[in-house]
Amino acid sequence: MTPPEEVVPEGLRIGSRVYRSRLIMGTGGAANLDVLERALVASGTELTTVAMRRADSGGGPGVVDLLRRLDIDVLPNTAGCRTAAEATLTAQLAREALETDLIKLEIAGDDRTLLPDPIELLDAAVTLVDDGFVVLAYTNDDPILAARLRDCGVAAVMPLGSPIGTGLGIANPHNLEMIVASATVPIILDAGIGTASDAALAMELGCDGVLLASAVNRADDPVAMASAMSAAVYAGSLARGAGRIPKRFWAQASSPARD
Amino acid sequence: MTITIEVNGEDRQVADDTTAAALLGILGLPERGIAIAVDGAVHHRGTWNAPLADGARIDILTAVQGG
Repeated sequence: MTPPEEVVPEGLRIGSRVYRSRLIMGTGGAANLDVLERALVASGTELTTVAMRRADSGGGPGVVDLLRRLDIDVLPNTAGCRTAAEATLTAQLAREALETDLIKLEIAGDDRTLLPDPIELLDAAVTLVDDGFVVLAYTNDDPILAARLRDCGVAAVMPLGSPIGTGLGIANPHNLEMIVASATVPIILDAGIGTASDAALAMELGCDGVLLASAVNRADDPVAMASAMSAAVYAGSLARGAGRIPKRFWAQASSPARD
Repeated sequence: MTITIEVNGEDRQVADDTTAAALLGILGLPERGIAIAVDGAVHHRGTWNAPLADGARIDILTAVQGG
């Protein structure tokens, strides 16, 4: 479901690119390229992540060929990197291999949480922005770190809802609201999405987009879940624009009082 | 003459005039969609026709499903 133009007149702006879809999908965890293709189409995504790994043999047509065929922009990530130096080299190799200046910067502090290492992350963000990359920074849901990333010139700040692959949703909605309130670049909820309501909530809290992979690719029916996510991001975006009613402690009658 | 280079973590004997482009051929890898690092730095596409040095540590990367 692609939102009509009037709903998102600006679209999701990443550097000089504008995407009508506010859903960024990852390719990790998909059972095979056929299911992935149908899920990508159902999601309506125009930007999709891939990882960089050692090439051991030629193999058949890969994920990048699929994305090119579907006219989806490739967003390489630095997943698996532990230091700013590793992430910088991986980004430069991704640029060389894929001919794109987009990079999803991701530096995990350990294997158990896969939470971002904030020190290495900020260091790498500065280096990559300086090297001409359009950096989408995967970060903790920390408003101060988000502001520091914004100030060093990243194209998008991508706070996590909860750790990668957990499906725990948005653990700290208030942190996310504070990040959104200070934003001058797009805020994209990245990681932790479990189901459609999580994606809708991210948009209702004011995010400009949602990035997810496992929630679709590891669902029982990835194609149906991709449709659900597309609708959820759209619904959440509409609701945010519509302006929700304030939360009240006591009831407020919606019918006139009886005479 | 042969030289020993490390390719994706494994030692390999190759002719001493082997270039990065030739190495891809030996490994059956395409040139498109590939990036090469030599000794931890990007080995740009424009230098793929230069002979590799003895003892060079080479990483060949490509995009895979992820993220």
